[in-house]
Amino acid sequence: MSAPRPAGAARSAPTGGAALLDVEGLTVRLLVEGAKRDVLREVSFAIRAGEAVGLVGESGSGKSMTARAIDRLLPAGAEVEGAIRFEGRDVESLAGTDLRGYRGLVAMIFQDPRAHVNPVRRIGDFMTEALRTNLDVSASTAERRAVNMLAQVGIEDGERRLRQYPHELSGGLLQRVMIAAALLTEPRLLLADEPTTALDVTTQAEVMAILHDLRREFDLAMLFITHDLELAAAVCDRTIVMYAGQIVEVRSSELLHDDPLHPYTAALAAARPDIAQTARRLRAIPGRPLSAFEAPAGECAFAPRCPYARDECRTAVPQITALAGGLSRCVRARELRGRLGVSVDA
Amino acid sequence: MSVAAAVPEEATRRRSVWSLLTSTGPVGMAAAAVIAVATFVAVFGSLLAPYDPDLSNLSLSWVAPTGGHLLGFDGQGRDLLSRLLAGARTSMLGPLGVVVICMVAGTLLAVTAAWRRGAVDAAISSGLDIMFAFPGILLAVLAATVFGAGLLAAAVALAIAYTPYVARVLRGAALKERSQQYVAALEVQGVSATSICMRHLVPNMMPLIVAQSTILFGYAMVDLAAISFLGLGVQPPAPDWGVMISENQSGIVQGYPLSALLPGLCIVLVVVAFNVLGERLFEQAQAARQ
Amino acid sequence: MLLVSLFVASFVIFGAMYLAPGNPIAALSGGRSLPPQSVHILELRYHLNAPFLEQYWLWLKNVLHGNLGVSIILQENVSTLIASRIWTTAGLVLYASIIILVVGIGLGVLSGLRHGALDTSTLVVTAVSAAIPSFVAAIVLILLFAVKLGWFPALGNGTSFLSNVHHFTLPAFALAVSSLAIVARVTRASVREEAAREHVQTAVSRGIPTRQVVWRHVIRNAAIPVTTISGITIASLIAIAAVVEVAFSLNGLGAYLVASAESKDLAVVQGISLVLVTAFVVVNVLVDILYAVLDPRVSLGGRAQ
Repeated sequence: MSAPRPAGAARSAPTGGAALLDVEGLTVRLLVEGAKRDVLREVSFAIRAGEAVGLVGESGSGKSMTARAIDRLLPAGAEVEGAIRFEGRDVESLAGTDLRGYRGLVAMIFQDPRAHVNPVRRIGDFMTEALRTNLDVSASTAERRAVNMLAQVGIEDGERRLRQYPHELSGGLLQRVMIAAALLTEPRLLLADEPTTALDVTTQAEVMAILHDLRREFDLAMLFITHDLELAAAVCDRTIVMYAGQIVEVRSSELLHDDPLHPYTAALAAARPDIAQTARRLRAIPGRPLSAFEAPAGECAFAPRCPYARDECRTAVPQITALAGGLSRCVRARELRGRLGVSVDA
Repeated sequence: MSVAAAVPEEATRRRSVWSLLTSTGPVGMAAAAVIAVATFVAVFGSLLAPYDPDLSNLSLSWVAPTGGHLLGFDGQGRDLLSRLLAGARTSMLGPLGVVVICMVAGTLLAVTAAWRRGAVDAAISSGLDIMFAFPGILLAVLAATVFGAGLLAAAVALAIAYTPYVARVLRGAALKERSQQYVAALEVQGVSATSICMRHLVPNMMPLIVAQSTILFGYAMVDLAAISFLGLGVQPPAPDWGVMISENQSGIVQGYPLSALLPGLCIVLVVVAFNVLGERLFEQAQAARQ
Repeated sequence: MLLVSLFVASFVIFGAMYLAPGNPIAALSGGRSLPPQSVHILELRYHLNAPFLEQYWLWLKNVLHGNLGVSIILQENVSTLIASRIWTTAGLVLYASIIILVVGIGLGVLSGLRHGALDTSTLVVTAVSAAIPSFVAAIVLILLFAVKLGWFPALGNGTSFLSNVHHFTLPAFALAVSSLAIVARVTRASVREEAAREHVQTAVSRGIPTRQVVWRHVIRNAAIPVTTISGITIASLIAIAAVVEVAFSLNGLGAYLVASAESKDLAVVQGISLVLVTAFVVVNVLVDILYAVLDPRVSLGGRAQ
């Protein structure tokens, strides 16, 4: 068996066209209770123009941090190593007008719309603020564009809505407003941080449908962050799985569920009860998800909870192994290939 | 989510006074120490005073510190140190009375409103809202006019004026406590309302009650000293700190500021201590309720 | 709701006459013995032979027409006595309010937005100044600025407008000192809290320049609790002004109120109390209106304490 490829080269290489967003060796440390702690370790991936990539993980996995790092929204005192490149330009070094321009090209939508929209300002103000400030668009033009965009997300009486306040709209409507507002600056990449988690299932489906249509219409690339493996699979071409601040698997979404390459992904998929099957007991992963700084040093972060762990898993941090059809951060990746599917008992 | 089942909440969470104090940090402990000293002086002040605080010798008025008189004399030729020590009593006793009346009344009203809810709550809350319009000092002045100047009238008036505020704060906490699961459990077991309130609801609100009392003491002390300063509270020649400031104010323009400044300093020190301690206790109470 | 408070307060003020030991005549005269004609006049004026509620109603009607009774000491209309002094108190409260708003809010905003030396020193200073009662501040200010430095006069009203301002400066600061602290603290806390809110992140993520984010999203939102505390604080000045007026021998309503209380001139005390309580309620109403304007989620009168 050949040795696993070194981490530097183990990005999911874009096939055709340069990458829109290129993240390489991203390591982030935050101030947690007075000390600098790792939250992201050597995260590397790329997104092509128009591509939808899912980022899946539990709490503490670092998925939100990744998005915030890309959008330069990390808390004060954060240390960033590695490179983030957008359309070839380094993002970390942007400042002033360049940074604001970048923010127009990379839009972010958040999980809880009610917390993320200023409650004392009207919807119209919220939607047109960026246009009027950064792109010097006149108020009337900006409002016209806002109304049009609202129609695109399925809100017909846009003019009336612009004059309303956030508390007068339901959660689902507000999330659509947030999406519409994000798209007004004509971004090329959309960072969606769990946009449907706070919504009920029906609204969730509507919002996902809107995102899908808008992506096609505006040729928008998307990084879709969620804890729901199935949701990511339904929406995205590729899915990245994160655990304890590291990428543990990259795979095309169709194959991720039935033929995962990493034991963690397999466990995630197995933990979700299947409505078509009767189970006598829910399969939970023993233990709890760890943040990067809580993970044991010098070994595989998932080893303590992994049913396939062997001694070799505890000797060093595993590197990314490139297999046909995906990447896996598992020392036993080749060996376990094809045996991690849902139908197989651990 | 964690597999550990939700542990049934302790019906009553008690905490020793000492642990409550130490949890306020070094600053809080320092404040508590100041308060302890002030209380000590309030109780034993007259015994500690080296000279008779009321003995007046006009030929000695405004004399600077000399001999055994560490702080000198006031405008009436009385030993300043002795008066300061003796004055602690009324300066601390008045606010104590206010706080006791207020917290008892406030707790009763708050718990009743929170327990009965509905119409009773609405009535009590409206009643409290109405009383908000009366500033404490104004009520004390009115009381002094009608009943004559004195500490008792002033203290009662202040207590009445503060109660709506206290009851408001406690009502919120009582409502929250009321909706806890253990209350429903006790009710189902047939425990009487009074018993639940007295033996569980109120003790669980204790951290907040203690914090609120401490902060209130500070306010009451300031207001009562002001009323005494105005001549409508403790009456001269009693050695109350507020009265002393008023008596000796003329000394400032004459060049003898000490006898007016020192009582002021005492007031500020003690009030700062109460404020600081009260704030920290308040934070602890908030944290405990999350 | 506030109007109801006003009514109830007026009822209490009126009822004070009956709370005193003895009969209303004794309360009105302050325990002095009066010649029979005076007693008769009082009985007529206050309708003392009518049922209690009718007395209250007639008294209230008089009040609303500007007739606040007669001072037993000076034998003049209370309304005249009040009118000559009201501008002193109003001017003092206004001056102190300006100081509180400018210094308190300014300090709060600055220390809320920055961390470090300014912030820590603000916290310490406010902790101490919050505990300084106005009369203590008064004597310290008199000592420092009037006696030692001689920059300001130690007492009195002053004659012209400029001289008034000069005379009122020390009293205004004495009045403002302790209230300033709480306004600064609440402002600082609100600014801090708003700056940490998620909607601020949204604005940043869309490339809005920092200064605009601070102004339009942090300060604008923090204005809500700041308005409330400023309003409450300024309303409370109305009562505390009495203490400062006495300390500085200013000829204002507060000082006159205290003097009348000492001499048991009930009619004057009632009259001034009414004026002060009304002013208090008016300020609270203004705060309510301002709050509803600033926070679209809240309807008029919905301000939570």
